[in-house]
Amino acid sequence: MSDSLIDIDTNNSAVNPVEPFLRTDRMPHIWCPGCGIGTTVNSFARALIDSKIDLGSLALVSGIGCTGRVAGYVKLDSFHTTHGRAIPFATGLKLANPKLNVVVYSGDGDLSAIGGNHLIHAARRNIDLKVICVNNLIYAMTGGQTAPTTPDHSTTSTNPYGTFEPSFNLPHLVEAAGAVYVARWTTFHVRQLSRSISEAFKKKGFSFIEVISPCPTLYQRRNKLGDGLDTMKYYKEKSKVRNGAPTSEVGLSMTGEIVVGKFVDRDRPDYGSMMRAQFTESLGDKYVEQDEKEVPVCS
Amino acid sequence: MKADPRGVLTGIHFIDGDHACCEGALAAGARFAAGYPITPSTEVVERFASRVPKVGGTFIQMEDELAASITLQGAVWGGAKAFTVTSGPGFSLMMEHIGYAAMTETPCVFVDVQRGGPSTGLPTLPAQADMMQARWGSHGDYEIIALCPNSPQECFDLTIKAFNFAEEFRVPVMFMMDEVVGHMTEKVVIPQAHEIDVVPRKHTHKSVEDYLPYGTNGDQVPEMAHAGEGYNFHVTGLTHDEHGYPNMTPPVQDKLVRRLQSKIRDAADRIAMFEEEELDGADVVVVSYGITSRVAQRAIEVAREQGLRVGKLRLITAWPFPEKKIRELAAKVKAFVVPELNLGQMVREVERAAAGHAKTYAVSHAGGGVHRPEDILKVIVEASRCQTA
Amino acid sequence: MAKGRVSIVVEHCKSCGFCVEFCPSHVLALSSAFNSKGYHPPHVVHPEKCSGCDLCGMYCPDFAIFATKNPGDKAGVKADVKDTDKGGTK
Repeated sequence: MSDSLIDIDTNNSAVNPVEPFLRTDRMPHIWCPGCGIGTTVNSFARALIDSKIDLGSLALVSGIGCTGRVAGYVKLDSFHTTHGRAIPFATGLKLANPKLNVVVYSGDGDLSAIGGNHLIHAARRNIDLKVICVNNLIYAMTGGQTAPTTPDHSTTSTNPYGTFEPSFNLPHLVEAAGAVYVARWTTFHVRQLSRSISEAFKKKGFSFIEVISPCPTLYQRRNKLGDGLDTMKYYKEKSKVRNGAPTSEVGLSMTGEIVVGKFVDRDRPDYGSMMRAQFTESLGDKYVEQDEKEVPVCS
Repeated sequence: MKADPRGVLTGIHFIDGDHACCEGALAAGARFAAGYPITPSTEVVERFASRVPKVGGTFIQMEDELAASITLQGAVWGGAKAFTVTSGPGFSLMMEHIGYAAMTETPCVFVDVQRGGPSTGLPTLPAQADMMQARWGSHGDYEIIALCPNSPQECFDLTIKAFNFAEEFRVPVMFMMDEVVGHMTEKVVIPQAHEIDVVPRKHTHKSVEDYLPYGTNGDQVPEMAHAGEGYNFHVTGLTHDEHGYPNMTPPVQDKLVRRLQSKIRDAADRIAMFEEEELDGADVVVVSYGITSRVAQRAIEVAREQGLRVGKLRLITAWPFPEKKIRELAAKVKAFVVPELNLGQMVREVERAAAGHAKTYAVSHAGGGVHRPEDILKVIVEASRCQTA
Repeated sequence: MAKGRVSIVVEHCKSCGFCVEFCPSHVLALSSAFNSKGYHPPHVVHPEKCSGCDLCGMYCPDFAIFATKNPGDKAGVKADVKDTDKGGTK
């Protein structure tokens, strides 16, 4: 005999606190059972609530992949761009309208493989972007191919006999490239992730938050690591919070320790400030700052 | 509306095509460019980098053309008129994002100062071998507009036209220069700002509730909004419906790509600009564009001195191709002569449109230099002697 | 009256089990009922223990569950959840 379902009480006019941030007309979303992307979106929405950020000033840019689909589900000005190129698109948005708070929300393959070049240059330039990199250690959308982040000896569809390449340590990469805020959490760390996102909103410059997330359908399944819940339990058990840890020491392996925390939080002028300072110094009175909203020839 | 005077360098100038193109962009209202150095186009953005901090705007040199071609689109959605500049190898890299601009209906301009190819080819020497690529370079069904200036003055005037078409039709416009037009120095007259017409962004006036990012009001071009205005719209390269939401079904695909095509083709008569001369009574019509049209002019003059009845059709718009005009002419003339700095590209369009009613003669040149007038004259003479098709 | 109350959007649930596992008060269990997609949504087995912390809502990848604090319960405001930061050396 099956339990009867207690659905939303007809007397219950409760509203999910994250509902105002979602395109509810497009729910349910396409992500698999146990996939952590939705959880990261939950944390993101709560960061929006907590940081009281003006939603009208927010734009979200994503690339291609499972995480790339986030743009289509959030109720913001959102741009689902081409594979690997969310960061340069976001750069153009930000430079044309510096008042925008621009978030890049994309996956590990999109940001560090095809998008790797743009990742390091935007970090080097310290473009004022908040990058949320959902790292499920695989190319999920296309069926589970090896990504630069796939841990050693993993089974993937393009390494059916096991990977043998060293994988990227993303926090280390972006710190070396120049990011001013670098943090890593897992989808188990819902509160800390939210807090990091809120902190990144207050930060000027290139912020990078990596979120380790399950891909139960492909990565976990092919490597016999259980389902989404098993993975969340693994995150809970094997994560170690080490705020300020040297990023060279936070590499990942298939079943080993996961170092999480806020690793880098430093200050240096962002691209826009440096640009304006340089022009002011070189041109003095002749420098004409860009119009507030590029309006003269747009109706 | 009229041009913003802050961007208009009114006066008589002696500058090359690259420089004139930059001034045209500024006059048109462009306040953002993203670029990557590539010969023979680099001067356009170098000048822009120098001018724009004194006009009010931004230039950023990106790490590659893949980035430049999409950074400019981000800037468009942030509210700016934007462009990039490149040559063959960079044009090839930009193809995915030209398709993205066509699919998302992002108004923008891509300048290609053509050089010898394929591959690295002849960086400092001319060709006109990217003409088909301008039309078909990205994957899928889409339409673009392509313009071909043949002088520095046209590099100024037609760049403004390019931006105007981009905004009117919400389409990426290919500005197909060549290395000679780009590097030749001639008189360029830049008028007063109030004499220059610019088309503003087709920005919506609808409320947030009523606005449909990809819905049209009976015309075929949707209204646009910019990020940060509260519309909460979604833009995607996936096949999408009027809401901008991915909707990957055959009916939605059909409706969308047909509209992307018809919004241009239905206005082809207006978009396809050309210069014509002595077409009435002509036996032979020389169809040319860009620098080749300057050489062809000389060949046509000599042919006429020899008593031949030669008409001239200079393509100012290469795409959409002026099929209708060619079809009309094909019924009346013996032959078309099409000199190009390539092994036969636009000549295929001429041949197709002529549909066998007139002969078509290509005057090919593999690039690296320009034709000699006598090379073109020879074919005009041969074409004049041919039997009527 | 419990400090909080859970709301479940049955049709959006994909039975991942996160909410059941991470509810600090063990209020939930996966039901044996099915939604129309064939998934077993959770159901509330200990409603009286719900503090309204909304951890279930924070974890849910499908936005299919959330908890709210019951009105008029000032004590509930202080009943915050234990930190989820377990198993770590700080």
